[in-house]
Amino acid sequence: MTQTPTPTPTAASAQGGPPSLGDGSSNGLVRRSSLTQNTLPSWLWIALLGGSIVLGAALSALLGFNLASFFIFTAAIYILSSYIVTRTRVNRRRATDGLWTNLVYLAFLIALMPLVSVIWSVASVGIPGLLAPGFMASDMQGITGLVDQASQTEGAPVLGGIAHALIGSLLITLAATAISVPIGLLTSIYLVEYARGGLLSRAITFFVDVMTGIPSIVAGLFAGAAMAWFLSVFSGVTGLLTTQRSTLGITAAIALSVLMVPVVVRTTEEMLRVVPNELREASYALGVRKWRTILKVVLPTAISGIASGVTLAIARVIGETAPILVTAGFVVNTNWNLFQGWMTALPVYIFRQFQNPTSPNFSDPSEQRAWAAALVLILIVMGLNLFARLIATLFAPKQTGR
Amino acid sequence: MTSSLTQSDKRGVAGDRVFSALTVSAGVLILLTLAFVALFLTVNSRDAVYQEDQGGWILTAFLDYAYPLVIGTLIASFIALILAAPVAVGVALYISHYAPPRLSKGIGYVIDLLAAIPSVVYGAWGMSFLGPALIPIYGWLHENLGFIPLFAGDPSQTGRTIFTAGVVLGVMILPIITSVCREIFIQTPKLHEEAALALGATRWEMIKMSVFPFARAGIISGIMLGLGRALGETMAVALVLSPGMLTASLISSGNSTIPAEIALGFPEAPPGSERQAQLIAIGLVLFLITLLVNMTARWIVSRHKEFSGAN
Repeated sequence: MTQTPTPTPTAASAQGGPPSLGDGSSNGLVRRSSLTQNTLPSWLWIALLGGSIVLGAALSALLGFNLASFFIFTAAIYILSSYIVTRTRVNRRRATDGLWTNLVYLAFLIALMPLVSVIWSVASVGIPGLLAPGFMASDMQGITGLVDQASQTEGAPVLGGIAHALIGSLLITLAATAISVPIGLLTSIYLVEYARGGLLSRAITFFVDVMTGIPSIVAGLFAGAAMAWFLSVFSGVTGLLTTQRSTLGITAAIALSVLMVPVVVRTTEEMLRVVPNELREASYALGVRKWRTILKVVLPTAISGIASGVTLAIARVIGETAPILVTAGFVVNTNWNLFQGWMTALPVYIFRQFQNPTSPNFSDPSEQRAWAAALVLILIVMGLNLFARLIATLFAPKQTGR
Repeated sequence: MTSSLTQSDKRGVAGDRVFSALTVSAGVLILLTLAFVALFLTVNSRDAVYQEDQGGWILTAFLDYAYPLVIGTLIASFIALILAAPVAVGVALYISHYAPPRLSKGIGYVIDLLAAIPSVVYGAWGMSFLGPALIPIYGWLHENLGFIPLFAGDPSQTGRTIFTAGVVLGVMILPIITSVCREIFIQTPKLHEEAALALGATRWEMIKMSVFPFARAGIISGIMLGLGRALGETMAVALVLSPGMLTASLISSGNSTIPAEIALGFPEAPPGSERQAQLIAIGLVLFLITLLVNMTARWIVSRHKEFSGAN
């Protein structure tokens, strides 16, 4: 695999030394250089990158300059030229190594591009909409196509807002959390504290994993069908309700909890497993019963991890659109009642404003509202993520002294 | 006189019983929910394949309706996979083996931010920014490679094609594949890596000979999980794609996916109608496909668990 340290004329000249092969007097020089001959000067990659940028700019200018072609040309020229230089000046293995290093860095840059692009596009369009008066405080009641037409053609301020969608999202997510946290927490307690590797616990672990992958729209279809069945049975038994449509806020909450429960189970299970066994044993030794040990010792130790896991689960479901769209529908006015009537959530609001603008021919105000709502949604989700990490680090149980 | 040592204290026994019963029933409730998902979808999709007034079974009619959607879903998902998988593995390698160790955690958070952006925002971005940006590329592909069926047909003037949808899906599944791969790359035994380096391997040779063989199962299962997500992703496709008939062309409008079809059709379908049953039935098909993909992924992970730690 290794190359013999016989310096080629090019390698020797690269060090600035005279190409004096076979000269007995310079033997010491050749031997010293055999340690350094397989390296390239450290400034070379900067020079190559600079050259590639210039060349890439020139080439893309030939085709009519744009950022994408500039980036592609520069990356291609840089990767190719550094491979060729290393291949000719050092050896093939080094060149392959350098090639893959460059490709890995390129992959990282490529992954950053959509992130930057999404945040830039949402912020640049969304901020003006967010600053429109009453955007956070008003709903869409009374906002007709004529109002939007006036905004677009006569420069009237864009009216309408997201208050109803914020309230809907808040209520639906809270209800989903209230349903899924007890179920998820109890299940993970069963898996960690009670199960002894039996069939039931293995089945639960497996199917919780499977549940993580349920398409969100399928969860919505399930919740809608289940609620319709429940309502028909309920009204059939009691005779209290006339057949009501299953499109309710609570149906959406059930759909979201189908998505949320597996996340809660997975995270809390992990957190409960890292609680040291010595704590449980100390509690048992004092004669404390198991259920009180779990409630008073295990859960308080793991509470920071559990709280951050629940927050992450909330962050995951608050951005879900499809299950709410098929279960809770969309309305223009504020609805505070989870058990009566249709309800709008923030993601559904964004979707509807794009897909069915309030005024089909004058869609600019609708798009402005949608982008501003998207900005609000991103801020909420990222805030929740940040909050979760904050809880996890700030309130983490001390690792030492135990 | 009774001894307090031989006599069991009965207080609190009820608490123990009730609590353990509660935890078991919560676990059973999860299993029941999953069973009910399958059951409800099956029962409610009956009307799509059996209609009394149309002479009983209408399975072929349903299949005619469903197969273009299944194929469209697969096309979009595979475009996403082909684009995302190499980049995701590269990013995971960057975080685990190339980035400065002090920065690698922060870089991981940045990539996780990609997962934090809601799908409807990705859809809006794909519709308003990515699609229009891809129009010149579609035009170029059509002019120069139009003889390939994939690039035949009129290039879309809005950029709202299945290819754009695939790119958006690729961006969305990138963080999933990355996080799975990263976890496994980090777990490569340090001794293997150091042994490879000590034998004179370059960094790439070390990765090729010690990291990849160790992580192969993990990479595959990460990709399968990403595929499962791409198959079920709704909003991005519903917003980006202007749906239509099944065509082989990736650059003209047309094709549709199951989740997008449900999301666009369900709010308009009257409850209890054949149309609603049809939508629930393709939902069941989607559920079964993703179930299969996810179970395969989990199975691969569990088969290699003992030596890869990928779980």
